[in-house]
Amino acid sequence: MLKNRIIPCLDVKNGRVVKGINFVDLKDAGDPVEQAKIYSDGGADEICFLDITASNENRDIIYDVVEKTSRKCFVPLTVGGGIRSVEDINKLLNCGADKVSINTAAVENSKVVIESSKKFGSQCIVVAIDAKKNGDKWEVFTHGGRNNSGIDALEYAKQMEQHGAGELLVTSMDRDGTQVGYDIELMSKISSKVNIPVIASGGVGNLDHLVDGIMLGNASAVLAASIFHYGKHSVQEAKEYLDSKGIPVRI
Amino acid sequence: MKVTIVDYNSGNISSVINSFKEVAKDKVNIEVTSDLNKIKSSDKVVLPGQGSFKSCVDALNKINGLIDTLNEFTISNKKPLLGICVGLQMFADVGYEETETKGLGWISGKVSKIDNQNGKYKLPHIGWNQIKIIKDSKIFKDIENNSHMYFVHSYEFIPENKKVISATTDYSSNIVCSVEKENIFGTQFHPEKSDKMGLKMIDNFINL
Repeated sequence: MLKNRIIPCLDVKNGRVVKGINFVDLKDAGDPVEQAKIYSDGGADEICFLDITASNENRDIIYDVVEKTSRKCFVPLTVGGGIRSVEDINKLLNCGADKVSINTAAVENSKVVIESSKKFGSQCIVVAIDAKKNGDKWEVFTHGGRNNSGIDALEYAKQMEQHGAGELLVTSMDRDGTQVGYDIELMSKISSKVNIPVIASGGVGNLDHLVDGIMLGNASAVLAASIFHYGKHSVQEAKEYLDSKGIPVRI
Repeated sequence: MKVTIVDYNSGNISSVINSFKEVAKDKVNIEVTSDLNKIKSSDKVVLPGQGSFKSCVDALNKINGLIDTLNEFTISNKKPLLGICVGLQMFADVGYEETETKGLGWISGKVSKIDNQNGKYKLPHIGWNQIKIIKDSKIFKDIENNSHMYFVHSYEFIPENKKVISATTDYSSNIVCSVEKENIFGTQFHPEKSDKMGLKMIDNFINL
């Protein structure tokens, strides 16, 4: 039976982890390679890097980070943040990323999704959808949540599937950082709209939220950051909890 | 000993290279090339493959003499070859992704889209699934039945002779996920991304 995945996400800025595991015994808490290795050894099903480097001159650092990580981590590595073109995707894949997650570029120029999924295969193209509720619908935001595209998130999800996305990483902007749980309605609506896997993101504060994301939101995978980083829970604990609720996980 | 990973522009093979180098350490020489002479002089060959069946077959064909060299290595000289993902799928006679495309024809059978039972199952089949070992295979040495491996695919290999199947995995149906025919080995899952068990399998292949 296919297992539901748990994916810890690390924010990387100028090559350093800015929101990560806060363990005292870490040699270098800012080293993405070391953090990723801790997660993969601890049973993470995949690792996600979100590059939040703001300045253009430091953008190339992420390639070096990905290269070093992929030599040490033997679970899938997804890299997102700042991807603008098919060439950016090519470079990340060549450095050892297994998947890339595309956000703003997919909204602004859908050809990036169409061309890259044709060229590299749908399996490595994740479209990241940042959605915010407005009335009875959700709108897609870009540029790290700063710009409202006005596009309907459900329609957009379907369109990205048709363009060749292999997975959707859906983040609720209303919930992100709140720790009150995923936007279950958004997750389940998108999941039933498309036939590709949905990764739920944004709002996890406890292990029950992970359960809800899968059981109620119909997500194939759950992504979380802070509950793992600050030692609140380990990935292993999360898996054991999910398992106790009857959710198939890799233990 | 020399193990060659065939680099034929089939998409992203860095993870395959990293995992083989990790396992090989300094004991085994891992070569990444499409040079025909280097392939010929190898002890073992790895055939990766990402993207569609058609794009991979096209990419093989683009390199003059590559398919002949692989045929010679595998069929005439009977040296060990491991196909991964679409690398395994190409063993078939024919694939139906994008359009009907002729495969290498090393193991009779076809590659068709996984039946998602009218949308009941998501495709691609992405994530960790357990493998059911149904035939003793040298590459499964010290790998327990029901081990988890990482999958990502929408098409499945359906061999004519079921005796070549060494493991299956359960999704919308029973999917063939590993085959072995004499010196030819293939996995639908990605051992290079399947953590310790995957690395163990790579080690088994290197040590055949």
